[in-house]
Formats: sequence, structure tokens, C-alpha cells
Amino acid sequence: MEALIARDVTKQYAQHTALKKVSVTIPEKTIYGLLGPNGAGKTTLIRIINQIITSDSGEILVFGEKLNPNHIGVIGYLPEERGLYKKLKVGEQLLYFAQLKGLSKADAKARIKKWLTKFEITDWWNKKVEDLSKGMAQKVQFISTVMHEPRLIILDEPFSGFDPVNAQLITKEILELKENGSTIIFSTHRMETVEDLCDHIALINKSEKILEGSKKQVKQQFRTNSFSLEHKGSFSLSGNYELVSQEILEEDFLKSIVKMKTPVSTNQLIRDLTEITEVHSFCERVPSMSEIFIGLVKGESHE
Amino acid sequence: MNKIFLIIEREFLNRVQKKSFIIATILIPLIFPSIIGLLVYIGKQQDKNATKEVVHYVDHSGFFVPDSSKFNFKLFQGSFEDAKTAYKASDDFALLLIPEMSIEKPDGITLYTKISPSLDDINSIEKIFETQIKDLKMQKMKIDQKVLDSLKTNISIKTINFSDNGQEKSSNSMIVAGIGMAGGILMYMFIFIYGAQIMQGIIEEKTSKVVEVIVSSVKPFQLMMGKILGLASVGLLQFIIWILLMFVLTFGVLGYFGIEPPQQQAMSQISADVAAQQTAMNSEMSKSLGEFYAMPWGYIAFSFVFYFLGGYLLYGALFAAVGSSVDSPAEAQQFMFPITIPLLISYMSLFMFVIKDPHKPISIWLSIIPFTSPIAMMGRIGYGVPLWQLALSMILLIGGFIFTTWIAGRIYRVGILMSGTKVNYKVLAKWFMMKG
Repeated sequence: MEALIARDVTKQYAQHTALKKVSVTIPEKTIYGLLGPNGAGKTTLIRIINQIITSDSGEILVFGEKLNPNHIGVIGYLPEERGLYKKLKVGEQLLYFAQLKGLSKADAKARIKKWLTKFEITDWWNKKVEDLSKGMAQKVQFISTVMHEPRLIILDEPFSGFDPVNAQLITKEILELKENGSTIIFSTHRMETVEDLCDHIALINKSEKILEGSKKQVKQQFRTNSFSLEHKGSFSLSGNYELVSQEILEEDFLKSIVKMKTPVSTNQLIRDLTEITEVHSFCERVPSMSEIFIGLVKGESHE
Repeated sequence: MNKIFLIIEREFLNRVQKKSFIIATILIPLIFPSIIGLLVYIGKQQDKNATKEVVHYVDHSGFFVPDSSKFNFKLFQGSFEDAKTAYKASDDFALLLIPEMSIEKPDGITLYTKISPSLDDINSIEKIFETQIKDLKMQKMKIDQKVLDSLKTNISIKTINFSDNGQEKSSNSMIVAGIGMAGGILMYMFIFIYGAQIMQGIIEEKTSKVVEVIVSSVKPFQLMMGKILGLASVGLLQFIIWILLMFVLTFGVLGYFGIEPPQQQAMSQISADVAAQQTAMNSEMSKSLGEFYAMPWGYIAFSFVFYFLGGYLLYGALFAAVGSSVDSPAEAQQFMFPITIPLLISYMSLFMFVIKDPHKPISIWLSIIPFTSPIAMMGRIGYGVPLWQLALSMILLIGGFIFTTWIAGRIYRVGILMSGTKVNYKVLAKWFMMKG
């Protein structure tokens, strides 16, 4: 089942189109990366899903149901522009947020206690937010996003401003939430996050979706069919293979990049190479998400 | 709906639990009278203790008799030119030149000073001359002071209103004007203070960036209304506490001075004997008090609460719209102007027209137009307002706040999510027109 399906979602502002017929399909129990440069329309799409603004046309289904106000309790949202009431105590604040999400007071209390215990911060209940450090406040903010056990969690640039220790802690929690059956949407332009965590990605650029699929599919799609190898003794290639570069590492040891003009099996390539040189190492040059991202956004094509 | 109540509750608790609220609520009804009392006292003391300013005078008229109750007059023997030089060398207040003149045509009296004299000082000196010349004229016309005094008659008109149910009740226009003034000022303060608090709260939510977290759970309009209504409930609570405190204080003070509260008074007045026994002084006082208590307090309090809520909602929505569109209180200044103007107009009209002429067309219209009615109507309410005017004013006020709330809601929903944009009226209009 799909956690979220968006079909031809369009949002027009006075001067510009924020989203142009964007469709995405987000499978359940995955971590889905919503990528794109600043101003591409990611936040607009997320705000539409959160019912903060409405789309001009198109439809959105959440767990098979048309988007409606009941979904507020199903979704947990950590906006990029986030904050807490500074003068309010941590406990009161979380209680208020949880109740706004539709939890009863008693339920909310129990959940908050559970999370505070989990993060080993039970003594924070009566602390005011303004007395917390930035990292501490971020933990509270994260709790406020997930305490109502949302099935769909939307995190907009979740690690911006997190120190590495907290980032790791949050990453652990995110993976645990996924294990427990939640679907997580990441909106980010930090590619290392995508590389590490996401199962699926969609790339939005200039209000349009230009790429979508599982990480594996995307990588497959952007295979360059080139390989790098370290070898002893130089060689030259002809026919189906092209020698992209060759550099000397030391004395007789060289590093070469070889590209297949028409794809053949990797084993065949290795066999052909072993005949002309002594191969020490061999690996496929897979583009990183970052390279794919930059390549697509800049309008270049990776072959 | 449930969520609006949550927001109202949160706002209410946030404000009420603050120390500043408790202090303001308890102390203001005590502090204001004390400050006024203290100022009056200090003013009196100062008048008493002030060393009299020295006024040198050169008299060519020959009839000026210095009246030293306010100034220390010193006659300068010699020419005016010499007097000028001497005065310039001294630290004294003024030099008064009284030229040769007749009492029929007293022209040319001139006061020379180093600093501009106050209106009060000039009036005092003029008064001295007027009195002296009047006395001289009376002597000349051979009029005796006693005859003059006997011409004076003191009239005090008793006013009685025919109220709607045919009862006659005496009214005291002093009390009525006082109520109007106090009600109007209180209304102005309440609207401003609470309106500014709405604005501040919204700017705070915007700058602390908590707002997007909240609007993912509630509609922006719910958040705005929750905030406005939450603060309204704080205002009402404060008002009720003030009324109770003043009630208790009044009774406390009256009890201390041994004046009977109205119910007991009414009872004792059943017996004519008791009434007859009252001294003249006491009856005069209890008459005023009786009139004070006879004011339709329930009606006035109800009107105040209605106009407070109506005016507050009407302006509160506008304050909310301003708060949502700016990033800091300093930026809010540019949009405060159009909100302040109608409030100031009604505040100034309160003193210029409404209290003086509560039944003139301008007062009537000011009390009917929604933007000015909360303050203007408070000025008129004690005088008795025809039912149709009150009804029209109230209906228009309700319409007015629905209208401003609608406008504010449309600006608010866009404004709160926009930070760092330069905002002017054109941008506000654009937001207003924007689709959800």
C-alpha cells in the first residue's frame, strides 16, 4: 500500500508556479527522500500535504484516502522553519502540541513521559524552553513531531542545526520508527543523508518532478558503464572498450578508467582486461546521489 | 472547534499565570487613585511652600496697590530705563511697567521677563489689575460691595429624567459625565493594551518560528481566533476583578466614613423621622450618593462589556493582521497608523463633543459608526441612549468585527508563513487576494 500518492498537484502564486503537475508515489514503510535545490517547490508540496495551504488542482491520497482534516493526527511534521514557545515549560508545551494533534490529555501525558524517559530527560518537564541549550530544544522539537505516533512523518531538513551527536541519535530514532511501520519523508538537499537513509527518492527542480524511483533504480538508471582498475603494466584499448584515462601511481603501477561503449557483462570485461594487463583491483564507478543531483539540476546528462 | 478552545485555554493560562498580570490586576485599581492623590497633594504642597517670585514694578498710574498673595511686588523708584538695567542684572522673575492710564482705558501694561511666563502667571497678574480697577470703578459709581453681593444668586438646577417605564429619577450630570469619561478612557486603554498584546504574541510566534508547527495541526484562522478570544477572556477577567475590587474598596471607604450603603439607606428612609433627623450636610451628601447608586450600574456594566468585546474584537483582528505581516514590533509601526487614527479620533471626540453634547448629531454618529462607537458610546451611555441608536450601534459593531476578522484572517493566513519579506500595503493587498 502507498503511504502517499500525489497526482498532478499544481500550485500557482501570483507571479510564479510553485508546483507544476507534480506526481509522487511514496510506498509504505520506507524512507523517501524529497530532493531538490532551494526554491524548487519541496516546501510547497509539504505544506499542501500538511493542509497548511491548498493546491489549485490535483489530488492527494494518504493511505488510500483523499486528504482530509482527520489526517492531521496521522502526520507528524517537522518544518524547516521550526521553533518552540520560549516561555513555556517543556511538559506543558508538548502537552499542548499533542492535544492540538488530537490526543487526549491523559494519552498525551503518557506518551510524553515515555519519550522523555527514552531520551533520558525526564527532569526537563518543568524546564522552560528558553533555559534549554539548542541541542536540548531540538530533542524536544523532535519529540513534538513524533509523540502522537504518526504513520507518516515529514521531516524538512531535519539535520540542519543538529550537532553530530544529536543527528546520530535522531537517525537512530528515525530508523526505529521505520522498523515500527512508519513512513518517513525527508526533504533535504544534503546528499549524504539520502545516500545513507533513503530507500526511495524524488527530485524536484523548478516546480517539476524530474526523477523518481528507488535508490537502486535511480543508480541503475544513471550507471555510467565505466570502471576503474589498478593494474601493473600499461595497455591500450579498442573496439567496444574505451580508455578514458590512465595515470601512473608508482613505477609500473597504473590506475585506469575504462568505459564500455555497449554494455556487456562485467565478467567479460574483466576477462578481456586480464589478458592485456595484471589487474590488482577492479570496481564499477557508480555515480553518487550528489553527482546525479547536480548533473540533473544543472541540466547536464550523465551517460 | 475543540482546537480553538485548546488555544484559548493556552493563551489564557499563559497570560494569567504571569506575575505581571497579577500585579497589574490587583495594583492598578489601587495605584491610579493613589497616584492622582499624591500628585494633587504634591501640587498643593508646592503652592504652599513656593517662595513667591519677585516682580519689580514701575508705576506711573499711581493707583496700583500690590497684592502680594502670589507675587512679591517691589516698587522701583526711578525711571523705567534704570529699572530695566537693574532688572537685567538681577535674578528676579519679572519687571512690570504700569504706564500712565485712566481706569476707563487701562492700556499699555507690560510685563518684561527673561523666560516666557506661564499662562497662569499672566492670568494672575491680569486678575490683580481687573479686581483693582473694578473696585476703583465701584467707588467712583458709588456702588457698595454689599449691594453687589446681594445681586448674586446661586442657582442649582435639579434634573429629573422620565425613564422609559415612566419613573422619574433624578440624575446628576456630574456623575454621568464622570462615568462617560471613565468608561471611554478605560475602553481606549483596554483596546490598545489588549490589541497590542495580540500583535506581540503573534510576532513572537512568528519570530520563534513555532507558527508552522502549530498551523500543521490547526487552521491559521483557528489559531488567530483562539489567540484573540483567549486574550479577550483575560481582559474580561481583569475587568471583573477590577469591578469587584472597586466595589469592595468603595464599601470599605464608605463604611470607614460612616456613610450608609444604599440599601440600608433606602430602608432607613422609610421612616420620615429618621430622614428629618439627618443634618443638612449629611442629606446633601447622601443625596449625591443616592444619585450615584441610582445610576443603572448593571446596564452600564453590560454595555461596557459588550462594547469592550465588540471593539476589542474589531481592533484585535486588525492588530492580529499587522502582527502576522511583520517580523518585529519596530516594523509594525508603519501599519499601526491607520488603526490608531479612528481610536484617537474617538478618544479626542469623547472630550470635545460626546461628554459635552451627548445628543448632538456628531456624538450620535460617532457612537453608531463601528470604529468609533466603543469609546463614543461609553461617553453617552450614562445620559440615556434611545433604544434604536443603541441597537443600531450594536448591530453595526457586530457586523464591523465580522468584517475586520474576515479581512484579517485572509492576511494572517499568508502573513504568518512569510518571514523576511519586505511588506507594504500593496503586498498586504496581494496576500488578501491570494487563494488558500
